Amino acid sequence: MTDLASQTIEKPAATRETVIRVRDLFVAFGQSLVMRGLDLDVYRGEVLGFVGGSGQGKSVLMRTILGLVDKRSGLIELFGRDRDALTSAERRRVERRWGVLFQNGALFSSLTVRQNIQMPMRETGHISARLMDELAMLKLELVGLPASAADKFPAELSGGMIKRAALARALALDPELVFLDEPTSGLDPIGAAEFDELIATLQHTLGLTVFMVTHDLDSLYSICDRIAALAEGKVIAAGPMEEMLACEHPWLKAYFHGVRGSRLSGALDARKTNMRGRE
Amino acid sequence: MATDLDHTARLSSRREGETARFALGGEWVLADSAALEKDAAGMAAAARGAARAIVDLAQIVRLDTAGAWIIGRAMDELAHAGVSVSLEGARPEHVILLQETKFRPFEAPSRCRRLLVVDILADLGRSVVSAAQDAYSGVGFLGEFVVASGVSLMAAGRFRFTSLVYHMESFGFRSLPIIALINLLVGAIVAQQGIFQLRRFGAGAYAVDLIGILVLRELGVLLTSIMIAGRSGSAITAELGSMKMREEVDALRVMGLSPVEVLVTPRVLALVLSLPLLTFIADMSALFGGLLVCWVYEGISPAAYLSLLQAAIGRNTFIVGLIKAPFMALVIGMVAAMEGMATRGSAESLGRHVTASVVKAIFMVIVLDGFFAIFFAAIKY
Repeated sequence: MTDLASQTIEKPAATRETVIRVRDLFVAFGQSLVMRGLDLDVYRGEVLGFVGGSGQGKSVLMRTILGLVDKRSGLIELFGRDRDALTSAERRRVERRWGVLFQNGALFSSLTVRQNIQMPMRETGHISARLMDELAMLKLELVGLPASAADKFPAELSGGMIKRAALARALALDPELVFLDEPTSGLDPIGAAEFDELIATLQHTLGLTVFMVTHDLDSLYSICDRIAALAEGKVIAAGPMEEMLACEHPWLKAYFHGVRGSRLSGALDARKTNMRGRE
Repeated sequence: MATDLDHTARLSSRREGETARFALGGEWVLADSAALEKDAAGMAAAARGAARAIVDLAQIVRLDTAGAWIIGRAMDELAHAGVSVSLEGARPEHVILLQETKFRPFEAPSRCRRLLVVDILADLGRSVVSAAQDAYSGVGFLGEFVVASGVSLMAAGRFRFTSLVYHMESFGFRSLPIIALINLLVGAIVAQQGIFQLRRFGAGAYAVDLIGILVLRELGVLLTSIMIAGRSGSAITAELGSMKMREEVDALRVMGLSPVEVLVTPRVLALVLSLPLLTFIADMSALFGGLLVCWVYEGISPAAYLSLLQAAIGRNTFIVGLIKAPFMALVIGMVAAMEGMATRGSAESLGRHVTASVVKAIFMVIVLDGFFAIFFAAIKY
């Protein structure tokens, strides 16, 4: 199992730039080890779907990479630089290169949507007011929110709109790397599909690298270039969908070949044969 | 982050008769937006009089939405000036980006200006109405509370005894030290001032009367209530408010439980039971503070202090103070619970309601104390 995992990780490493590199990561809360020697690579320009059972620590890993949770040991490299070696100014500069969409949006409740989006821009301190207003409206439109949402407060928005507004805020500084924590949870299937499409479009146009924690099999099938699976504090497998489907790990088998998984993979196969037929 | 190195040829323009050529290069990203906006503004001036403009994007290294937006805006300005604009050398992903961010005017955030006087009057009207509504809903809430506590007291099984004891500990027992301390100090301060003022008439010993009556009738209960309004009233509002925000209150309601019965009754009852006890402690520590000061400043021995005190006060002096305590507690608890339940979704709203809870509770406590003073004066107690 570990052999397969390390193979799939190292194969493309030679050819592509690594944006996030995690090696031998240990994270613990008190006595309980959450991450036990975890290795992970995220390559530039890819959409990495990160899956794992509930309570396995997907969000913990994301928060550890972001620096919100302290690690016990191990290496975390961001944009090719060791996070521990960064000075606080460099760290801030790195933080401006990523955007984060938290699971519940984490919009500032005392600010309107427009002010929320402008918040990171304002902090850079050298963007003209006109451009900030225009960019905020543009981002709002990009994520598919009506202009009337701009002056609303988060408490007045629906769950789906909060997600979109939070994505707009995450994209405010045109980051190279975006972390999405369960972006499509709580959205209806149409909204979720639109969200997937939105992420795919943004990724193509902006050359975004996306680290996506998700349980949405549809998203995994439709927009993820690679998938990494977390279990027992390690990445048990990482690779494109085909490899994950071929993987023999019992949890992965249950995940992808369970009732919902096989329904989708069946649909995927059908679509493939269809396309081949058309060619 | 962009450095200052690659700014050299961000924009160069050339004129070929009727055609203006703009070659864009380097990084067109948000980090340089100030400089980019300035460059882009210059494009319209450079193209004046030209019939055609060609924007060449071949040399662009990086482009993000902000850069694309600025380019789009500049192109729109050129088009408005009657110049026909075309793109050249754009990479496919840049074309998509430029299309996504194609310039369109957004209406500026509407900031409607009204007459200041009208605003002030409207505000005044609104606060009068909301004060009336507060009074109305306060009475309603009090009724709800009475029913809920009646129900839980009648049906022994439904009474939340554990919760009551828990809240009595946190509101009552845990505030003992601070209540004892501030009352000790206030008792001492009143005694000292009394001694200094009365000494001028050779009546320093009458400071004991002053302390006894002032502390027992008014200060002990008032200070304790104000302290509890700040300490426990705010805690109740914050707790109930965040439960409201996280839909915990709604969860109770859909289980068929009354939030007033489950959440409010134990807290308010705990306050009603704790505040008289705290007031007693407050009275005692204030009298003790007075004793110390009288001893040090006026040389009144503790035994003499006590006998002077006995002569000065009656049982009614003590009862008047204590009898007010449960009512103060009820007011604090009601205000705190109502404000907590009125909290809406945002963190800001929670903050506003906690502030309102403390301010209103203290105000109500003082007003109520005034009414009690009138009442006791009228019945000559």
